Amino acid sequence: MPAWILRGAAFSLSLVAGTAFAQTPTNVFDPAGTPARSTFGLSMLVLSITLVIFLIVAGLLLYALIRFRHRPTDSNREPAQIYGSNQIELSWTVIPILIVVTLFLTTTRVILGTQAIPKPASAMDVTVIGHQFWWEYRYPKSGVVTANELHVPISDPASPTPTYLTMSSADVSHSFWVPRLAGKMDLIPNRVNTMWIDPEATGLYLGQCAQYCGTQHAKMLLRVYAQSPQEFAAWIEQQNKPAQQEFPGNPAATEGQAVFMKNACINCHTVKGTVATGRFGPDLTHLASRDTIASGPIQNTPENLKKWVEDPNTMKPGSLMPAMHLNDHDLDVITAYLSQLH
Amino acid sequence: MTTTPVLEAIDETQETQGKQPLNVIYEWLTTVDHKKIGLMYIVYALIFLVIGGFEAILMRIQLAIPNNHFVSPQVFNQLFTMHGTTMVFFMGMPILFGMGNYLVPLMIGARDMAFPRLNAFSFWISAFAGLLLYFSYIGGSGLYAAGSAPDVGWFAYAPLTSKVFSPGHSTDYWTLAVFLSGIGSIGTALNIVTTILCMRCKGMKMSRMPLLPWLYLVMSCLVFVAVSPLTAAQVMLTLDRYLGAHFFDTQAGGSAILWMHFFWIFGHPEVYVLVLPAFAFANEIIPVFSRKAMFGYPAMVAASVSIGFISLSVWAHHMFTAGLGPAGNTFFVFATMVISVPTGIKIFNWLATIWGGKIIFAVPMMFMIGFLFQFLIAGLTGIMLSAAPFDWQLSASYFVVAHFHYVLVGAIVFSLFSAFYYWYPKVTGKMMSETLGKWHFWLFLIGFHLTFDFMHVPGILGMPRRIYTYEAGRGWDTLNFIIGIGAIFQAAGTLVLVYNMIHSYYKGKDAGHDPWDAWTLEWSVPSPPPSYNFAIEPTVNSRRPLWDIKHPEDPDSDYES
Repeated sequence: MPAWILRGAAFSLSLVAGTAFAQTPTNVFDPAGTPARSTFGLSMLVLSITLVIFLIVAGLLLYALIRFRHRPTDSNREPAQIYGSNQIELSWTVIPILIVVTLFLTTTRVILGTQAIPKPASAMDVTVIGHQFWWEYRYPKSGVVTANELHVPISDPASPTPTYLTMSSADVSHSFWVPRLAGKMDLIPNRVNTMWIDPEATGLYLGQCAQYCGTQHAKMLLRVYAQSPQEFAAWIEQQNKPAQQEFPGNPAATEGQAVFMKNACINCHTVKGTVATGRFGPDLTHLASRDTIASGPIQNTPENLKKWVEDPNTMKPGSLMPAMHLNDHDLDVITAYLSQLH
Repeated sequence: MTTTPVLEAIDETQETQGKQPLNVIYEWLTTVDHKKIGLMYIVYALIFLVIGGFEAILMRIQLAIPNNHFVSPQVFNQLFTMHGTTMVFFMGMPILFGMGNYLVPLMIGARDMAFPRLNAFSFWISAFAGLLLYFSYIGGSGLYAAGSAPDVGWFAYAPLTSKVFSPGHSTDYWTLAVFLSGIGSIGTALNIVTTILCMRCKGMKMSRMPLLPWLYLVMSCLVFVAVSPLTAAQVMLTLDRYLGAHFFDTQAGGSAILWMHFFWIFGHPEVYVLVLPAFAFANEIIPVFSRKAMFGYPAMVAASVSIGFISLSVWAHHMFTAGLGPAGNTFFVFATMVISVPTGIKIFNWLATIWGGKIIFAVPMMFMIGFLFQFLIAGLTGIMLSAAPFDWQLSASYFVVAHFHYVLVGAIVFSLFSAFYYWYPKVTGKMMSETLGKWHFWLFLIGFHLTFDFMHVPGILGMPRRIYTYEAGRGWDTLNFIIGIGAIFQAAGTLVLVYNMIHSYYKGKDAGHDPWDAWTLEWSVPSPPPSYNFAIEPTVNSRRPLWDIKHPEDPDSDYES
């Protein structure tokens, strides 16, 4: 085999391996919590077993191809015809069966360790509802409702406080996938699935919807903020307050509030403490406290908010929020109002 | 050597010689000859291969750089739906049925299929289904707006297909096209099973039948049990959409999981429906170019039959992330892992066939070597995905896309290409150009590995499938760019193949009866075979009748158990 092929193969292999173990925000091989870590351990076991099988079988194949190639100096006689051998065939049936049994038992242990262990009393609950094309999060104990950005406390392995996600869908099937925290779980209408995560370090964990759910499946991103218990408690307290109603010294926001309440916005959006109680779109009570809009892809700035309200489909084609056809003045004041919803 | 009945054939002049072009077209349109129907299947599937490949290229251009605006999300979603549907139903199945149609009667010494008219019907209804699917591009709202082409994915998960989430007719085009192609497939499968069971020539016991018809027998039985539920599901979906039934309509209390079960009870055996013929080609071609008998014929038959059975019990590994619960997951992990045992036996038997041979590196064998290595990798990534927790991470990611393209392209398409070069001389009487064949092989091999080796990695880095764009900074950019370049290499290779087939038809060297010095019955008749195949129905005494004639001192029949 020409040397360049081998060199090329070695180069691609190192490139592939290098990127696979690189520090990227959604790397499966960079786990940051128990479910993802036990999956990672299993994956490494499976990878090494299959790699050994590959090296043996591919090596034998390569050897046979070189050793037994037809050479111009060969005689014209056909090679010896061998029709089979029971012993050999039995051996390559039994050995794979043993490997399969080993793999099966290990896999079963990880499945049971992830899906069949009792829920600890210290666990926190969040209800996750998938929508075309955004996420709704409800915290049943505190009554907090938010969208697209999930906040959870970190879980200390000594006294674990995992977050249990109870998942369903309001429309079509979606799938919750934050690779560094856990494998994915589908959200299916008329069905309740559960999974749990327990991030061990504070920070932002990214992911996205993994089940094709329609036009904007690509921009249904996931953001999980893992916070220290104190930060998390403060966040819950702040989210639990009703929306700001008075905007002294900010007439634009006051006017924007009135425009918002007079328009169809309130059919789809909730702003707690006002007449806006729609449930079709994300809860906007604390919109300004979020880093992004449109389920992740867009930074939450006044300019972006204005562009979004003007015509969501230019920023996220296929979004189900209609263009509201507001005039420039109304757009400005609504943006001023939404930017105040901390 | 004395002439034996097996080498005799009707030496008639080509029927189409000297006829008006219109008569030739009429003859093809009305033919019930299994060889002509087989060729029509192959040509129609090749057209869809080029179309489906073009769709893939458009998708790879869109994904080559982050935040690309080459196509809109709507168009992208139609592209991956049409690409998947086309490649499975209008490329894969028809091309394999076409090969089977052509080869099975010749290899078992029969003059035609058991039901020639059913055969023609099956072809025409499948061809019509393909046209119907693509009519959707102009059937709806105009060409570039991309009409009302289906956009629900080739798996068409409920409830995205219900009237609420998929208004208009795009889903109906998909449903009807798949439904009709299913009818065609079941017809052909029935025909192949009957032909194999009832029309073998004298002396050809089941235990002497070449492996290709054996595998087509298993594949056709799988078609019955796999395609029927899919066809039923299409009817149920149509009832949902037009008569207010509630099978899959979750807004009215239907079940999305029910559709998944129906779809994958079809979808997983379907993988084996496609791959068993690829094994069949390997079983015929690898021995000839190694100059050895197939190692472990009975084990190969047993492995194929058990793959057929086990493949019926693994469908829910496509649903590990749907919340089956630990018991369900564990069962399907086991079933899925077990199927690697008979599959492994096959790889080892091919290895043993090569071992001790005199391997001739002609183009068909080069593609077979590609097939062996790539199928090995495909099988190993399959074992990884059968470990449910690994699958929770990587299902619906690019890792899975890479895995099944390793099966569908790395194994099946490579095997098919090999079969093209191997049987082309039989079909046309001309040899294909070896030089062009090598160009095709290397372009396609390099393109394949650039595309699908690198595709595993974005999956590990968290890239889901079926997304039309992505942000920079996830480590996906460079990889997707390389993948795009690989796709273009593969397209170039395929165009070389098409050119080679046309060029060699007019300019190729004459092939004669038996250019590869092979051993099965199809090489005993002239190339191309006359319309009734055999002047006198042959009689066989072993699995390799032509070997016995060529080596009367050491006949196969002495060794067969």
